[in-house]
Amino acid sequence: MTDLTSLTLTAAREGLALGHFTAVELTQAYLDAIEAAGALNAYVLATPEKALEMAKLSDARLAAGEAGPLEGIPLGVKDMFATEGVRTTAASGILAHFVPPYESTVTARLWADGAVLLGKLNQDEFAMGSSNESSAFGPVVNPWRKTGSTQKLVPGGSSGGSAAAVAAHLCAGAAGTDTGGSIRQPAAFTGTVGIKPTYGRCSRWGIIAYASSLDQAGPLARSVNDAAVLLRSMAGYDAKDSTCADRPVPDFEAAVGASVKGRRIGIPREYRVEGMSAEIAALWDKGAQMLREAGAEIVEISLPHTKYALPAYYIVALAEASSNLARYDGVRYGERVAGRDIVDMYEKTRASGFGAEVRRRIMIGTYVLSAGYYDAYYVRAQKVRSLIKRDFEAAFAEGIDAVLAPATPSPAFGIGEKSGADPVEMYLQDVFTVTLNMAGLPGIAVPAGLSAEGLPLGLQLIGRPFDEEALFALAQVIEEAAGRFPVPARWWA
Amino acid sequence: MNMYARPADPKKLIKGATGDWEVVIGMEIHAQVTSNAKLFSGASTAFGGAPNSHVSLVDAAMPGMLPVINEECVKQAVRTGLGLKAEIHLRSVFDRKNYFYPDLPQGYQISQYKSPIVGEGAVKVDLPEGGIEVGIERLHLEQDAGKSIHDLSPTQSLVDLNRSGVALMEIVSKPDLRSSEEAKAYVTKLRTILRYLGTCDGDMEKGNLRADVNVSVRRPGEPFGTRCEIKNVNSIRFIGQAVEVEARRQIGILEDGGVIEQETRLFDPGRGETRSMRSKEEAHDYRYFPDPDLLPLEFDDAFVEALKAHLPELPDEKKARFIADYGLSAYDADVLVAEKETADYYEAAVAHGGVRRDAKAVANWVMGDVSAFANASGLSVYETHITPAQIAGLVDLIADGTISGKIAKDVLAIIIAEEKEGDPRAIVEARGMKQVTDTGAIEAAVDAIIAANPDKVAQVKAKPTMLGWFVGQVMKQTGGKAAPQLVNDLLKARLDIAG
Amino acid sequence: MSVDQATVRRVAHLARIAVTDEEVAHLQGELNAILAFVDELAEVDVTGVEPMTSVTPMKLPLRADVVTDGDCADKVLANAPAAEDGFYAVPKVVE
Repeated sequence: MTDLTSLTLTAAREGLALGHFTAVELTQAYLDAIEAAGALNAYVLATPEKALEMAKLSDARLAAGEAGPLEGIPLGVKDMFATEGVRTTAASGILAHFVPPYESTVTARLWADGAVLLGKLNQDEFAMGSSNESSAFGPVVNPWRKTGSTQKLVPGGSSGGSAAAVAAHLCAGAAGTDTGGSIRQPAAFTGTVGIKPTYGRCSRWGIIAYASSLDQAGPLARSVNDAAVLLRSMAGYDAKDSTCADRPVPDFEAAVGASVKGRRIGIPREYRVEGMSAEIAALWDKGAQMLREAGAEIVEISLPHTKYALPAYYIVALAEASSNLARYDGVRYGERVAGRDIVDMYEKTRASGFGAEVRRRIMIGTYVLSAGYYDAYYVRAQKVRSLIKRDFEAAFAEGIDAVLAPATPSPAFGIGEKSGADPVEMYLQDVFTVTLNMAGLPGIAVPAGLSAEGLPLGLQLIGRPFDEEALFALAQVIEEAAGRFPVPARWWA
Repeated sequence: MNMYARPADPKKLIKGATGDWEVVIGMEIHAQVTSNAKLFSGASTAFGGAPNSHVSLVDAAMPGMLPVINEECVKQAVRTGLGLKAEIHLRSVFDRKNYFYPDLPQGYQISQYKSPIVGEGAVKVDLPEGGIEVGIERLHLEQDAGKSIHDLSPTQSLVDLNRSGVALMEIVSKPDLRSSEEAKAYVTKLRTILRYLGTCDGDMEKGNLRADVNVSVRRPGEPFGTRCEIKNVNSIRFIGQAVEVEARRQIGILEDGGVIEQETRLFDPGRGETRSMRSKEEAHDYRYFPDPDLLPLEFDDAFVEALKAHLPELPDEKKARFIADYGLSAYDADVLVAEKETADYYEAAVAHGGVRRDAKAVANWVMGDVSAFANASGLSVYETHITPAQIAGLVDLIADGTISGKIAKDVLAIIIAEEKEGDPRAIVEARGMKQVTDTGAIEAAVDAIIAANPDKVAQVKAKPTMLGWFVGQVMKQTGGKAAPQLVNDLLKARLDIAG
Repeated sequence: MSVDQATVRRVAHLARIAVTDEEVAHLQGELNAILAFVDELAEVDVTGVEPMTSVTPMKLPLRADVVTDGDCADKVLANAPAAEDGFYAVPKVVE
């Protein structure tokens, strides 16, 4: 039998349906692969017993002809999703032993459709980071290496464990979250496909909040079709989330392979940022060419407020985060450090429970909301946000169906390379991805080529609100033209 | 009326050592919204219960939990706004008020800061010396906090989140009140309105209505002084006392040449003083910002109109109607409308059996003997076992001359003590309490009394007011059942006294 | 805008995060770097622009007034660092 972990989710689904192998066999293959991949540090918790138990039930349903759309498919879940009875930490020391008595809506949908939980995936602490280096469980190592090098590279972040696990075949797909690029940037760094759907497409209930107005769940997968299959199961209305959209979920898989003839694709000139590497610029041109060859029309457009998206993002996201993370106070759950009084207990608990990046972001968020600075920072940032959204609306009003841009300013970098004194250097990783979180738009990252050093590079497509279908159709064109980008060597196993 | 221009009322000034002072009061009332479930979660609002039993994972602010607003709480706020004749905002925004406290699970309270659901309105307050109108600044919805209990353990505080997330309306008045009496009357009136509307039960003992009282003093005609906020006063009596002692404290400081520091204070009813809460003060910086888990609350005019259409008659309107339709005095009408149930009870008695009877007579019974009995029992009139039908029966029996007013009181005493569900007419029949109108029987009694008291007869000729003594004797002889007018007339004729 | 060390301490206290003297110096530098970066926004003309309050054009959904939750003290307290008789327990708060 071939290595079952090498099958895409779509192929595994077919194999299970045809009875070529069982869900238990498939699950066991992944559990073995996880066991052997400790060097990547992609999982913070494997749940083999639960996985095999779920797989057995899947096999029974497959045998009974009651299979769900994801029946028997083993998945990894970013540790931002609350999983009932399974430790959920957000990769933070403050939640080191937190076991939720509830299941997030998105993961509950996955299990209802038959998927199998392999375990919880590593990430930046509270999803704050672009390299997965801020995890309390230590950094994740990218399964990709530069040609001829053994240097350890970051997988991107914050869904770094998810991206690494998908790339290294430690799961058939993963559920991640994206606040400023946390699905798309790691997908680009690992040669995988990641989509952040429209804000409101997936329920946020049960997902540990970083920045409420920006957070969205989405899949990381090995192919565009795999991502479409996963998103269909993850998405949908939930009355428990006031910001979740009450609208039907289309069959995204049906959009994969749909014609893109006549689609108008915008190339935003403001994305040609200063110092953009020649290989990223070339990749972008190549992507435009692929779409043109498939019949799409390529149009240069202007999104004039692009350069302000990142600073505005850091104000909005950090302000919300400072408030969202106030609940970690050592009273009702989480770690507590004793203090001489209540205030001392709070201060010690939070100083010790949160890592350096989280503390820094909470402090910035607290500062920009504090008396005297609120209007200058927060209100202004929300106004800029309105302008960013308006830029996109103007482009869409002129008939643009989607926007094509790079996913990241560079390929994966080395662990420790950007953790110097200036946090802003790391923040610049999100320069191409944050704009659409600010505007609530869907975006997909799809691998389109390799860097000179042999690392994967990704392109990003940005769509109209709730038009993820267009993104799947366009991303499929790129995937077909550029091919897929499997990790060249399983050096860790 | 522009309250800022309201001239100082000399009768309401406080005499200081150096002259007169005027006290200026504004109030923030926290009224618990009457609803089954909490503002943003499906947990019960029921009072009491085992610790942390009326708590959902949302109320405990578990990671990833999200708020979803309760429609009824929104409606209750709008109803209240309408009852306060206030501007209803079709768009309002929920903000987070950030601070740390063990009974505040989220680390922030969801409240409305810049865009409240209700804007300016007014409350008419009746006072013995005349009415005033108190301006309402705003009304907003917010979450209640949980409860920290500090006296159950020597080393720990214990936290119960049963109250956490219950909906509150914060009703902010303008600084339009000028005495402790006005402050008390305002809260009383506001509570009456809330109870009429059914939007808050006004139960201050349970903490369902609490007041933060802002007090300052000034020389009449001068600008407002620096105010102090007295937090969480939980009875109307205490509100009056708190205003008095705080005004005295401030006057004392000012007359000694001191200055008032703006601060939060606590009223200690045991010691009859307010004291500073400065220990807790520490530069509050609540970092309000719109709650990103919620969208702006928006509804249309039709939503408001539908609520308006089903609004009950409010105390001011009811009072006006009682005066116009029943010919009641303003005072009587005020007393009767103070509680909606009492007003309903009164009206049920007036119109019992589809017959409209003497409304003034009914009012006298309700506010007189029935009220006395209710007070003695620690109940409101409508809570006693005496029914509107029984009161109607008494009034009818007097009206048709079956019994006298005095006998009617006896009948009521029987209803109170013996025949709780008794029909007044049946009681009168069964016990032979009917008024005697048989002239022959009364004449016999009159003649007997005159014959037996020749000395009194002599006296009455000179002093006609003695007649009352004769009436009393006749009534005694007839067991009180003789029709009083008849007795009067017969005596005058026999004694030859001019009518 | 830039922050001094006193502001760093004040903000840390507002956020209830204990900071050592060493950290204060460090944080001051980091915070100022981030603030310098976001100060770019000052150059945007935002005259007449409404601040965004909801990213998607949606109406706030309203829930029916029905008790559907609660009665789960065991779940509520399951992860508590300290609990006593059904209450959460914290160091004594002096009023």
